[in-house]
Amino acid sequence: MSTGSQIAMGAQAPVAAGSGSAAMAGQAAAAEPRIPVIALSGVEKVYRTGEVEVKAVTGVTLTVQRGEFLAIMGASGSGKSTMMNILGCLDRPTAGEYRLDGVSVAGLKRAQLARLRNHKLGFVFQSFNLLPRTTALENVELPLFYSEPLVPLREQRRRAREALERVGLGSRLSHRPSQLSGGQQQRIAIARALVNHPGLLLADEPTGNLDSRTSIDIMGLFQELNDSGITVIVVTHELDVAAYCRRIVVMRDGRVLDDRPNAAPARAAAQRARLDREEQAANIEERGGAY
Amino acid sequence: MFTWLRGLLLRTALTALTALKALRRNKLRSSLTALGIIIGVFAVVAMVAVGNGARTLIEAQVAGLGRNMLVVFAGSRRSAGVNNGIGSASAITLPDTEALRLEIPDVVAVSPEVTATAQVIANGRNWSTSIAGESPQFLLIRDWALTSGSMFTDREVRGAAKVGVIGSKTAHELFGPLDPVGQTVRIGNIPFLIIGVLASKGAGGNGQNDDDRIVIPYTTAMKRITGDKYVRVVYLQVADAARMQVAQEQITRLLRQRHRLETDAPDDFNIFNQKQIADTVSTVTGALTALLGAIAGLSLLVGGIGIMNIMLVSVTERTREIGIRISVGAQPGDIRVQFLIEAVTLSLLGGLVGVLLGIGAAQLVGAVTTFKAIVTPGSIVLAFSVSFAIGVFFGFYPARRASLLDPIDALRYE
Repeated sequence: MSTGSQIAMGAQAPVAAGSGSAAMAGQAAAAEPRIPVIALSGVEKVYRTGEVEVKAVTGVTLTVQRGEFLAIMGASGSGKSTMMNILGCLDRPTAGEYRLDGVSVAGLKRAQLARLRNHKLGFVFQSFNLLPRTTALENVELPLFYSEPLVPLREQRRRAREALERVGLGSRLSHRPSQLSGGQQQRIAIARALVNHPGLLLADEPTGNLDSRTSIDIMGLFQELNDSGITVIVVTHELDVAAYCRRIVVMRDGRVLDDRPNAAPARAAAQRARLDREEQAANIEERGGAY
Repeated sequence: MFTWLRGLLLRTALTALTALKALRRNKLRSSLTALGIIIGVFAVVAMVAVGNGARTLIEAQVAGLGRNMLVVFAGSRRSAGVNNGIGSASAITLPDTEALRLEIPDVVAVSPEVTATAQVIANGRNWSTSIAGESPQFLLIRDWALTSGSMFTDREVRGAAKVGVIGSKTAHELFGPLDPVGQTVRIGNIPFLIIGVLASKGAGGNGQNDDDRIVIPYTTAMKRITGDKYVRVVYLQVADAARMQVAQEQITRLLRQRHRLETDAPDDFNIFNQKQIADTVSTVTGALTALLGAIAGLSLLVGGIGIMNIMLVSVTERTREIGIRISVGAQPGDIRVQFLIEAVTLSLLGGLVGVLLGIGAAQLVGAVTTFKAIVTPGSIVLAFSVSFAIGVFFGFYPARRASLLDPIDALRYE
């Protein structure tokens, strides 16, 4: 049955089959049923500003399987933001191939890319990027609003509520972003990223605007989501943040410098518990001093 | 297929809702932007209403002159190269008018007119009024009714009887609320019996009040009051409006023949054709209305540019919002529709308020003056469609610009 469907797929895409890579991918899929969430091969991105060509990313080959928790690390100018944009289908590579869930992104139109982002991706940004003067619930509903086929309104509301409950904001449904703390705003953003049940969560410096305690909470939330099977990719320049991930990819000058699993990722829940204990101890000490 | 269509409709409805919310968030700005369209549509509706009112008024006045009426003026014969103007030559004789009546089949009524201004005395009051000598057909030609009494007869004309019908204003000035029928009026020193009262026509378009006059038989007027041997004006009625031109040509031929004019000599009379005048008036007032409408239309254009300007500002201001929407999966079409609906809503709301204000202004003009400004359904439909078109036209460019924003730049926009 599965072999049959693979053959049918090959017949439907004769151009891809002619290039050979699709046929190989088909064989690989037949042998190993898991299609990688992300498959980059020889991806390049060249920006042209007037006469000058800037190679932001050169020859990156990377495969991310379902359920991974990946950090892409690098200093500014390393090409990690460009990688993030390409992975998020906000930008297209100038060379090389990017397959998202087995679908080649090259040659897709703006509208088709938009549909891909809507169904398969969830974004979390450093600056939250919530709609101002709009309630948490409405912010979370936004991706469903653009979903095809359209999700019925009542279902939209139900799913948005569910997503907010999942990030622990079930009691802040009708608050506006300006009425909430940074950590809470980022939780809304995560709920928004989750609401359409995407296979992949992309986070760009998700803790960049948060204090360390809230950062731990947010990373803990990502770990929880990853534990429940969602693939998470975090782009960051902070080692502390990368430490929570199970695999760390280091980039420099547009290339992958290092790619290895993180044998012992930090557990945010445990850290948070320790932090609380320390604080409690400090409080008691302070009080003891006062007596 | 149907589910697809329903999805599309629902999606558009939701997008419209978003657009309306955005407009509500910026109430002051939205209403100021709509104000441009409001003023434009108001101006168009009001101006066209005023133009239509003027046209109806003038047309009514032309129609009030009579029914299928031709008027022959004796006139402007050149004597030794001097043009003496209309009516300066006394060229039309009573036999001429008789010939017009008998020899031209299209002419169904004829009234030779002689006029004078005289002091009239009755009921112990006196009043200066216009005395018109006419035939009994005069009322038919001028489409004029009597409110009481009756018109003098052909027989009274032949006998040059001293009878007359009185205009409503003259009657009011001389008799007040009394019924003038059966009363005697002295014109000069000659007593006339009033046998009828003319219905009011209101102030005429020619600057003289039709209601301030006494109409007596033309024979009596020529004999007793003016002493003229000629008539200066002849009123004629043509049976069929379509035959007016033909009748006019026949009259011209007959009078030229009777006056023994050489082929190259100019006419020694002028013919006023009511239909021609009505047509000319229609053309002129139509052009006037169009001109007023066009000038008002310019302000509508300015309003449209205002919408475009604000929409461009709004797109720039909301760049980040657009970026967020695109990043979560809004397609270029969704963004375009959202901003287009905002622009169209602004212009349609403006159109609605403008139409209401225009109707109000027309009512006000009607209430304050005797002049009636007329709002036609056509001008309302036009104003709405134009404001819709303006919304689409001036909204399209900003909406397109929004839909083509690069999400990466848009998300980084501060």
